[in-house]
Amino acid sequence: MEAPLLEVRGLRTSFFTDDGEIPAVDGVDFSAREGEVLGIVGESGCGKSVTSLSIMGLLPKGIGKVVGGEIWFKGENLVEASERRMKQIRGNEIAMIFQEPMTSLNPLFTIGDQLVEAIRLHTKIRKKEARARAAEMLKLVGLPRAEQMLDEYPHQLSGGMRQRVMIAMAMACQPALLIADEPTTALDVTIQAQILALMKELNRTFGTAIMMITHDLGVVAEICDRVIVMYAGQIVEEGSVQAIFRRPQHPYTAGLIRSIPDIRGKKERLYSIPGQVPKPGSVRCGCRFAERCEYVFDRCRQEDPQLYETGEQGHRTRCFLALEKGGGVDERPVARSERA
Amino acid sequence: MIIPVLFGMSLVVFFMIRAIPGNPAQVILGQKATKEAVAALTHKLGLDEPWYVQYVKYIGGLLRGDLGESIRTGAPIAEEIWPYLAATLELSLAAMLIAVVIGVNAGIISAWFQHSWFDYIAMVLALIGVSMPIFWLGLMEQWLFSIQLDWLPTSGREDVRNPIEPITHLYLIDTLLSGNTEQFWQVVQHLVLPSMALATIPMAIIARMTRSSMLEVMKSDYIRTARAKGVSMFWVVYKHSLKNAIIPVLTVIGLQTGLLLGGAILTETIFSWPGIGRYIYDAIGYRDYPVIQSGILIIAAIFIFINLIVDLLYAAIDPRIKYN
Ligand SMILES: Nc1ncnc2c1ncn2[C@@H]1O[C@H](COP(=O)(O)OP(=O)(O)OP(=O)(O)O)[C@@H](O)[C@H]1O
Ligand code: SF4
Ligand SMILES: [Mg+2]
Repeated sequence: MEAPLLEVRGLRTSFFTDDGEIPAVDGVDFSAREGEVLGIVGESGCGKSVTSLSIMGLLPKGIGKVVGGEIWFKGENLVEASERRMKQIRGNEIAMIFQEPMTSLNPLFTIGDQLVEAIRLHTKIRKKEARARAAEMLKLVGLPRAEQMLDEYPHQLSGGMRQRVMIAMAMACQPALLIADEPTTALDVTIQAQILALMKELNRTFGTAIMMITHDLGVVAEICDRVIVMYAGQIVEEGSVQAIFRRPQHPYTAGLIRSIPDIRGKKERLYSIPGQVPKPGSVRCGCRFAERCEYVFDRCRQEDPQLYETGEQGHRTRCFLALEKGGGVDERPVARSERA
Repeated sequence: MIIPVLFGMSLVVFFMIRAIPGNPAQVILGQKATKEAVAALTHKLGLDEPWYVQYVKYIGGLLRGDLGESIRTGAPIAEEIWPYLAATLELSLAAMLIAVVIGVNAGIISAWFQHSWFDYIAMVLALIGVSMPIFWLGLMEQWLFSIQLDWLPTSGREDVRNPIEPITHLYLIDTLLSGNTEQFWQVVQHLVLPSMALATIPMAIIARMTRSSMLEVMKSDYIRTARAKGVSMFWVVYKHSLKNAIIPVLTVIGLQTGLLLGGAILTETIFSWPGIGRYIYDAIGYRDYPVIQSGILIIAAIFIFINLIVDLLYAAIDPRIKYN
């Protein structure tokens, strides 16, 4: 098989604060193939953004640091790449868009300035050509009055339009990988759907692989091919979107699926997984989800679960249940007492 | 806005001056003058009229662009004041240039390399700088650089053995116009110590303000976006961050320029700088009311003018600010 576009191996990223080392990402392995849409889901604080910033080499200087592992991109280990090299890669081969369209564009430069800059950083063309290209990009992301918009400032645009500008800017150099860190979270539902549709379309047209970070499984179902579920700095489940939705193998994933709001509008109260994500580094031994797990049993607290194959191709889960005969999680998890 | 402020200023200055004890006529004629002579001169100067008549006459003059005449010399103030004003402007502009260039850059580098030794040293120096008494600093500079090291002249604007033929009275420009490089360097040398003394406090304040403003901006999302585009740290700092961070610093620069004009008067005394501070100071000695009034009013007008420029700069930098 062809080598994947991006391969993250044993990535560990820590923050060094006054309270000591915080292992925000703690041994993450995954890969993204060319042209695929990979979802990364998990609750707030589980290390999704830190993973993406590690790939981009944009961890807060002096505080955040990759302390272990490798990030292979097109045959190059980005962990060891120089800042000079990373500058060439950022925006050119790996682009990134963020959650807050309202604050992600510089308020004092025109849309045109910001797009032209993105283009000219990586392509040796004249300002005029870059401007034409910028207008083209704006049209491509569905902003019709592109010419005029080049001379406008971010505050003159709506949130949805700004996110389109961000996408145009990210796609300007036709990167091989686009990392989107919760690109729709801050937008209205209708705008969300439009932005997702746009991203899917760009993915199909240009073959750009997308790493879609979200805490919304609805988004995953909408556009992803494969999904990685993260919990407390680790991957707890990985598989194709169908496999994960049809038969989640990790109780955490099952909980996330159960907490998707039911569009059919049943009068049931919305489910949410009880408890909170443990602070990074606070669980010393055993499964990190044990405190919140409905299936927890003795072994869970004594040993660290590994990522186990479930039998289905490419489907892995970090849960001891997978080792039991006919293991896995029922569609509707039942309380432990009932199981016994 | 500007007109009422200046109007109010003129009123305040008018009364404050008249609160200084002593009669100009008496001061001019000396202690031994006869009562009659003093009364005659008082009448001639119009100082025996009620205050409101004096004030209306004064304002009337101002509106016609007439700053009045000096009681002491009899010359029109508008003509007399320029050489002094030019000396002060040259000193203040040099000081402000030093304060802004060094202060802003020190603040930027401190923010960029936060917690580095540069940051620590710069911020300790800035802390010392803000609390530095100008006169003490001036005297120390003179002692070290003029007396001990003999690198720079102690005082004055020019070498008295090689006087400058004034054209605009801004000597840096005058010496360049006459193509006299030797004199140009002499002017620069004379400027160094007083402008450094004058620049110290605003430089320290600007450095601290720039640093905190930059630190704030560099945390923002659009800076992360710029980094993600592949912009180098240098341009992230000097283009994307600075343009945003400079806005609050401009306010400080405007205010400091006003305070600097006040500081100039002190500095002029220490360095025998023939500026407007000296002009007004001498005028106070002679109770030369029109000179004091007009001198202070001009300083106030400059202060207001600078803040107007700052407001215009805001609008030029920030598209979200609109003036109608
Ligand atoms: N600047 C920082 N300083 C210290 N710790 C940090 C910093 N940024 C992140 N962390 C730690 O890393 C952990 C993971 O953060 P991360 O931003 O990756 O979460 P996330 O999965 O993206 O969550 P969200 O959905 O809220 O964006 C956090 O719980 C926090 O403890
Ligand atoms: S290992 Fe145990 S505690 Fe962890 S998810 Fe599986 S069943 Fe729950
Ligand atoms: Mg995040």
